[in-house]
Amino acid sequence: MLSMENTADSTLYNADDESWELRLYIAGQTPKSVTALANLKKYCEQYLKGRYALEVIDLLKDPQLAEGDQILAIPTLVRKLPEPIRKIIGDLSNVERVLVGLDIRPIDVKSPR
Amino acid sequence: MHDYTTLPSTGLPTLPKAPSGIEGLDEITEGGLPLGRPTLICGSAGCGKTLMGIEFLVRGILDHDEPGVLMTFEESAAELAANVASLGFDLPKLQADQKLRLDQVHVDRAEIEETGEYDLEGLFIRLGHAIDAIGAKRVVLDTIEALFSGFPNQGVLRSEIVRLFRWLKDKGVTTIITAERGEGTLTRQGLEEYVSDCVILLDNRVIDQITTRRLRIVKYRGSTHGTNEYPYLITEDGISVLPVTSLLLNHAVSNQIVSSGTPALDEMFGRRGYYQGSSVLITGTAGTAKTTLAATFAHEICRQNQRCLFVAFEESPQQLVRNMQSVSIDLAPYLANGLLRIEATRPTLNGLERHLVTLHKIIKDFKPAAVVIDPISNLISVGNLSEVKSMLTRLIDFLKVNNITALFTALVSGRSLHQELTEDGVSSLVDTWISVRDLEGIGERNRGISILKSRGMSHSNKVREFLVTDQGVQLLDVVVGPGGIVSGAGRLAQQQHEQAQLLTAQQEQQRKDRELERRRRVLEATIGNLRTEFETVEEELRRINDEELTRQQTLVRGKAQFTQPLPLQSKRQSNS
Repeated sequence: MLSMENTADSTLYNADDESWELRLYIAGQTPKSVTALANLKKYCEQYLKGRYALEVIDLLKDPQLAEGDQILAIPTLVRKLPEPIRKIIGDLSNVERVLVGLDIRPIDVKSPR
Repeated sequence: MHDYTTLPSTGLPTLPKAPSGIEGLDEITEGGLPLGRPTLICGSAGCGKTLMGIEFLVRGILDHDEPGVLMTFEESAAELAANVASLGFDLPKLQADQKLRLDQVHVDRAEIEETGEYDLEGLFIRLGHAIDAIGAKRVVLDTIEALFSGFPNQGVLRSEIVRLFRWLKDKGVTTIITAERGEGTLTRQGLEEYVSDCVILLDNRVIDQITTRRLRIVKYRGSTHGTNEYPYLITEDGISVLPVTSLLLNHAVSNQIVSSGTPALDEMFGRRGYYQGSSVLITGTAGTAKTTLAATFAHEICRQNQRCLFVAFEESPQQLVRNMQSVSIDLAPYLANGLLRIEATRPTLNGLERHLVTLHKIIKDFKPAAVVIDPISNLISVGNLSEVKSMLTRLIDFLKVNNITALFTALVSGRSLHQELTEDGVSSLVDTWISVRDLEGIGERNRGISILKSRGMSHSNKVREFLVTDQGVQLLDVVVGPGGIVSGAGRLAQQQHEQAQLLTAQQEQQRKDRELERRRRVLEATIGNLRTEFETVEEELRRINDEELTRQQTLVRGKAQFTQPLPLQSKRQSNS
């Protein structure tokens, strides 16, 4: 693992260069799904602008895809990249938990250092 | 084996049921699990909940052509397949045939972050997809409670589970949900509140270091069911539930007789042996040759070219064969040609139910004409009296139904006669009861054999003394002394006494014979003397008579000479 001194640098490095691959599982146009998608798009534009790929999977159309990512709850957001895979369930209305869950550090928090 | 279609019809439509295919369970549930509804199977660890679920699916596929979905929350598909492979369930093949679908749901709390409202639609979609893909009729959810550790929001989870069961009912699939048993409740998470149609409780109890598994139907809405606790087993062929009381007393009987192997013992029975298919109990204290009598019987069965199963709970086959050779009962050839099979196990190896199932299995494979169990009293070490009794009841019934002659030996301790009346409570189950016991007299022990009962034939009332000799078991002739039947040294004394009496009588007779002979000889001698005397007298008389005759002739001749002088010359010549 990285040592303490390098953490800030590597995070910056990651945040700058690494591409993010996100996958959102929904089931039809339920209010929760719609809310989740809207929230997600907002965060991505805000924190990961230009270096993320978002895929929305509607399980009502492709139920067989649920098994692969072990989806139980709807909506579920899966961070495929960067590793490790992380999962966030719910409509993503709690900003802080989404950011912690995805391990996104707001750039304006880090920049003063 | 069982015919479920002939359930008593009441005219009203009965609850449709899905036969589980699990041996015995359908008998208790009177047809199976509620069709198209969820059934909860709960129990502590190691009860076989998962196995019961899988067997339900596999039997459904194989016996009723009903595809099934197994959704597992704990073990992986590969692990499950490996676990049940030993039972002959080939899950990968069934999967390949599109009859079975395994879906492993992996829930990891560490991976999951809650960020707002959600539901478990994903689970529904997965399950729905699996069901629709193969047209499943049966679903097993193996420990859905695992979800509770994965999702922090219990309120959501509970409402979703209720929705899931509702949804499964609407789908019309027969579902088994397994759950771990909780403290004071049937399940840890109180799932029984949601599944109200049928609840089966599995229990794993250790009594005296021996585990017995039991099954009870806690509730079954809309149907009658067996309410007892039923022992069940996990055998090589899956789960087997053994209903104790479902067997009826309506087996056919045979009128044929089988020999006990000891001719003299046969003669004590009115029909010279046991009825075929009957059960015989030999009770006795230690060292009264119960095993020898049992082996004699087994030997006789084999000699008649029939198969015999000998279940030995005390001796190994080799030991048994060697010991019996010492009394000229040679079991080895029959063991070699397969007529005799000796199953030697320690009773404590298995629980009673396992013994019963093992016996069932062997008997079904081996098809013996007779079964010997030596001794049944050892089974007490495995269970208590009532359990042993119920096990033996089922075993005896099973043997009777199959017309197999059964011979049990039982050790009785103590010398009280009351023991005889209550021993194992088995006596009422058996048809023939032979008691062997020590007849302890002055400074010696002898073995006595008597028949306490013999259903359907007369029998001797005598206590016969018997010896275990180099030539096998031999019953001695009844010797009646002044105080009744005598045995052992008393018998010898009585016999010697009788011999002495006989000798005396013989000597007396001989003496009389000699006396008679003597008298006869004396008489004969007297007769001889008299005869000699008579002869003398006779001779004397005859001589006198002759002389008289001669004199008279001479006189006559002299007279003639006087009258005829001429022939005188010639007379002289002729005389010279």
